[in-house]
Amino acid sequence: MTNIERHQYDVVVIGAGGAGLRAAIEARLAGKRTAILSKSLFGKAHTVMAEGGAAAAMGNVNSRDNWMVHFRDTMRGGKFLNNVRMAEVHAKEAPDRVWELETYGALFDRTKDGRISQRNFGGHEYPRLAHVGDRTGLELIRTLQQKIVSLQQEDKREFGDYEARLRVFAECTVTELLTVDGEPGSAGGRRCTGAFGYYRESGDFVVFEAPAIVLATGGVGKSYKVTSNSWEYTGDGHALALRAGATLINMEFLQFHPTGMVWPPSVKGILVTESVRGDGGILTNTTGKRFMFDYVPDVFRKQYADTPEEADRWYTDPDYNRRPPELLPRDEVARAINAEVKAGRGTQAGGVYLDVSSRLPAAEITKRLPSMYHQFKELADVDITKQPMEVGPTCHYVMGGVEVDADTAATLVHGLYAAGEVSGGMHGSNRLGGNSLSDLLVFGKRAGEYAASYVDSVAGARPRVVAADIDAAVETALAPLSRGEGGENPYTLHQELQQVMGDLVGIIRRQSELQDALIRLGELKERVSKVGATGGRRYNPGWHLALDLRNMLVVSECTARAALEREESRGGHTREDFPDMDPRWRQVNLVCALPDGPDGEVGLTRQDVTPMRPELLALFDRSELAKYLTDEELSVRDEAEGAEH
Amino acid sequence: MGTKRNFRVWRGDSSGGALGDYQVEVNDGEVVLDVIHRLQATQAPDLACRWNCKAGKCGSCSMEINGTPRLSCMTRMSTFAEDETVTVTPLRTFPVIRDLVTDVTFNYQKAREMPAFAPPADLAPGEYRMQQIDVERSQEFRKCIECFLCQNTCHVVRDHEENKRAFSGPRLFIRAAELDMHPLDARTDRKEMAQAEQGLGYCNITKCCTEVCPEHIKITDNAIIPMKERVVDRRYDPVVRLGRRIFRRDQLEGGVATEDVGTVHVAGEAPHVPLGISWHAPEARPVIASIQPGERLSATEFTLDRSGAASPFGDDVEFPLPVESLRYQRPSTANPDYPLDH
Repeated sequence: MTNIERHQYDVVVIGAGGAGLRAAIEARLAGKRTAILSKSLFGKAHTVMAEGGAAAAMGNVNSRDNWMVHFRDTMRGGKFLNNVRMAEVHAKEAPDRVWELETYGALFDRTKDGRISQRNFGGHEYPRLAHVGDRTGLELIRTLQQKIVSLQQEDKREFGDYEARLRVFAECTVTELLTVDGEPGSAGGRRCTGAFGYYRESGDFVVFEAPAIVLATGGVGKSYKVTSNSWEYTGDGHALALRAGATLINMEFLQFHPTGMVWPPSVKGILVTESVRGDGGILTNTTGKRFMFDYVPDVFRKQYADTPEEADRWYTDPDYNRRPPELLPRDEVARAINAEVKAGRGTQAGGVYLDVSSRLPAAEITKRLPSMYHQFKELADVDITKQPMEVGPTCHYVMGGVEVDADTAATLVHGLYAAGEVSGGMHGSNRLGGNSLSDLLVFGKRAGEYAASYVDSVAGARPRVVAADIDAAVETALAPLSRGEGGENPYTLHQELQQVMGDLVGIIRRQSELQDALIRLGELKERVSKVGATGGRRYNPGWHLALDLRNMLVVSECTARAALEREESRGGHTREDFPDMDPRWRQVNLVCALPDGPDGEVGLTRQDVTPMRPELLALFDRSELAKYLTDEELSVRDEAEGAEH
Repeated sequence: MGTKRNFRVWRGDSSGGALGDYQVEVNDGEVVLDVIHRLQATQAPDLACRWNCKAGKCGSCSMEINGTPRLSCMTRMSTFAEDETVTVTPLRTFPVIRDLVTDVTFNYQKAREMPAFAPPADLAPGEYRMQQIDVERSQEFRKCIECFLCQNTCHVVRDHEENKRAFSGPRLFIRAAELDMHPLDARTDRKEMAQAEQGLGYCNITKCCTEVCPEHIKITDNAIIPMKERVVDRRYDPVVRLGRRIFRRDQLEGGVATEDVGTVHVAGEAPHVPLGISWHAPEARPVIASIQPGERLSATEFTLDRSGAASPFGDDVEFPLPVESLRYQRPSTANPDYPLDH
């Protein structure tokens, strides 16, 4: 290949969702020439699907809220496996990031005194989610998109060109990161030189030369059959990072959103926002029982009501009543629904009922949940003001992801940063609703900021792209087309992968099934290496899927391996053969890497979890900590406390 | 459980193409996008089609289904008769890339020409205070998922490539309205800008955009008409109008007042003005009295029998007009009766 388009940038952001756009804004504000590469059109990112809101302890609705309470909720939600520093930074910086959006033109719903309104959400002690009806993600992505346009307008005034310093490459997929070995004598490790990809529209290849790259590619849901995720969620960033020499942590933790639509089949997986429950919706089984009261785990007894009467009073008087159990963290609710369906009390389509029609007047429902009303009416022909919805768990979010430094979002590869869903650690073993929008704002900004300062640090000595790497990338990308009809059908392989992951590495996992899954993934890997695509290079979805499969497969292998290794149940990882949470496992992160090179086996190692600083530990009751920490850790805390008194 | 249905899907690229016939299985509760996906998986692996969320939230899967611009993820198969052939074609207003995928760059270009939100200078982040009732008006327009169905259906640009230069389209009119109604936007000239630079004057309120909006935004009633009304308010304010006549008299030599639809984006080129709309027949061209040296303009506004401005449609016209008396003809360079320039 001789004619490959080349571009030089300071910072290349892969992914144009919330985290990617926020990172790009920050890099551009730091004066860096920045490119945004997006698999879809500009502004279509999966962030638009987020409904509930962005969690930020602004204290607008309940003045008792502050970052410490938010931090505590986040740690509780993640079952104390969170990267503590990330949870802390996130809770502290989220309000500023949300307020900043207003200066970009965002219009959140308001309180009576004109400030940003905040709503209740599962796992959050106080009303905390800044929201716009139930389309907060759309507001966020549009706001960031429009901020980017406004920066381009500034550049146009200054340089006469909208794209002088900030350019969006829409429908451009990256297939490889380009790296070189670190300089001898330096800290070692690999360094980024750029990214290789293709334009979906034309099939032409393109190389971006840049010292700093920010991964913001989102999640991995497309490896699952029932998922709320779109086709883009093929784990690209995870796989790119692995192949470049970075690591993934805690890939076993996947969040199954408890309430996805289960009927009709065409919309299976699509989310029903948690706000339905926050605004009074209840879950019932086919016998009509409000079953969540039977599923409140001991660690949450203090915060959740045990009678329907108390639960119902909470909506109007949250200070003197405990929360309804429908608002337990997502993993608990997903498991409860799963258990009800398994016990034969589910609907024919494999779900339970979520009813808001008997709880609120119709006018109130259409006002508070307009897009839910709209979605059910249009997609399922169900009027949620008159009848209950049928819901069940759907693969929604991956808590695990690229291992990053908590403050800088840097990975182990020099110049490579990751933010948003693709990064790991922040949410521990389970993410609270509303924490993802704030996560991508907080760490998107940091990733952009530190990527920009990294560019300054290598000024004058930028690592160069190696020509042979480009040739290899071209060959890999063209392989499916050259196999053509003779290769494996990518759509069939994709379906089989989804089947394996859904059946064997789903919500409830067992040792034997996970071992079986790894064998099957091995076979699929063999077949994916022989995948073929018919047709030409211009906008050919079969070819695109064939290239994505490679990423999905390596990420699925990480998930299966880590799930097999972790012999306990915690958050988004439930082992039927190890149903309890084990404090010793709380001290362990599972780290995946490709030690034998890009096409080798996934290697898994254990890593110690960084302990919490004493002043953060002091935010929790000893009785609460006792549920999560080992006796040894507790005695260390007691000693520290004793020394204080 | 599935039944075989007939589908006709446009296949081709910028050099041309044709409708291809497919027989495909359709199951209970499916939407058109499901069927397209089945086609890809079983019969046409390289059938190009954009989609993302499959829940009517991202606005990617816009196409024309039996001629109607729609989101394919929101078009249930149960809305067609069992024996009906479903014809799927790409958006007509934008250039085809391949199959059902079109080049929608036009919309992003226009968005880039639209001046961004201007934050109030005296408020720091966190100090913004707005009332719910005030933000709700703009929030309606921020529901837009940028599916571009309104842009596609708007007859000002549909089949009229020549108008694209001067016309931003309904998507950008609601953006202008949104910023105009934003309680804290520091700019005050949004309406004038919409008229002068976005080509608001081209819109003749046929409401096609409102009809196709999957978010049910009342594009025409809540955004376009209020902006037009207020632009008209200023333009036809009697005092402003009189002042303009008196002070710009020297520019009016020749005697014919030209209706100003504003400048276009590309500086230095004359605006193209489609004339094809007229609310009642016959159409009269406005003519001002010729003024000899020493004479004055008559100030008839002051002696008018009503307090408001004269109606731009003529004071003798009552609304709604009887449908049969409406005269509409699509403007075209080929039609000598309705030239683009007058």
